[in-house]
Amino acid sequence: MTLDDGVAKGYGGHGQVPVRPHRASSPAFSDRPVALVDLLDRLLAGGVVISGDIRLAIADVDLVTISLQALISSVETAFPGPRSD
Amino acid sequence: MAPHGTGTWVYAVASAIPRDALADVAGVGGNSVRALEAGGLAAAVETVSLEDFGEQPLREHLEDLDWLDKTARLHHQVVGVVAGHGPVVPMRLALVFRDDDGVARMLAERRGDFAASLERVTARVEWGVKVYALPERRAEPKHEVEAGSQSPGLAYLNRRRAELAKRDAEVQADVAAAEQVHAELQALAAAAQLRPPQHPRLAGRSERNILNGAYLVDVERADEFAAAVRRLAARYGDLRVELTGPWPPYSFAAAPELAAMTGGLDDAR
Repeated sequence: MTLDDGVAKGYGGHGQVPVRPHRASSPAFSDRPVALVDLLDRLLAGGVVISGDIRLAIADVDLVTISLQALISSVETAFPGPRSD
Repeated sequence: MAPHGTGTWVYAVASAIPRDALADVAGVGGNSVRALEAGGLAAAVETVSLEDFGEQPLREHLEDLDWLDKTARLHHQVVGVVAGHGPVVPMRLALVFRDDDGVARMLAERRGDFAASLERVTARVEWGVKVYALPERRAEPKHEVEAGSQSPGLAYLNRRRAELAKRDAEVQADVAAAEQVHAELQALAAAAQLRPPQHPRLAGRSERNILNGAYLVDVERADEFAAAVRRLAARYGDLRVELTGPWPPYSFAAAPELAAMTGGLDDAR
């Protein structure tokens, strides 16, 4: 699995930037691939967590720790590099 | 009313979710995603089995990267569908209520908070901007030290010191540039938030992530914002600037009205 395959775009300083079509009234969100790392940034740390009549809501720290550990070990397997600096 | 062994997964809250908007949307638990209306609001929800989404199974699943990937994308997809119809307050991954009644009560009790949050994100989207320091700088003339007048050891030390000083200056310049990028983008945004930099390995890159920002931007300023990112990328040739989005307002839906909701989480577990 490649964590990187959904990165929307990288601006390398060479000037060409594809701007996505964007309808002002109803922006389309769900039809483009996104990088898992960017998604988890938001889904694990963003969004609303609500206390109340809940069966489960995992505390931020637990969830982030668990998933990031899983990610790191998985990514290290998938990408032998980069060498540490 | 809910049978034993199920819970209600909540994806997002909106003012309204049109009939049939969720008809063809796949849910995290393989069941139909529904709109649940209460308190003048609508939540996108799904009944999930506690065999997979109870606390212990969920913890185990979360360590499975493929499961996490699939579940996060499905959650994101539902949030995106709801967001396509109007302002949305996304829920964090893995928020499971006891049953639909619990969700309905929450919507009714928090109605004012949700309304305020929905208003805050109306006609706005989130953009992500990451800045990376490139591992290899542009070529520069080497710092040559007169070797003849020094012992080899001293020459080495001097050379090493010069290298370290140069790297230090580069890091400082990178950080200052990243701060400038953030300042200029923040000026175009209704709100901005800095996240911790991403681990290079998570991103599959060797470049160092020195800025990981989220910006809540008026939909009608999208072009202006993209142009600013482009301009900044061109200005700072030693950095790589990356734009992602538009995203539903994950980073902003919770603040400030709903931020208080996170407070009692431990009590609720």
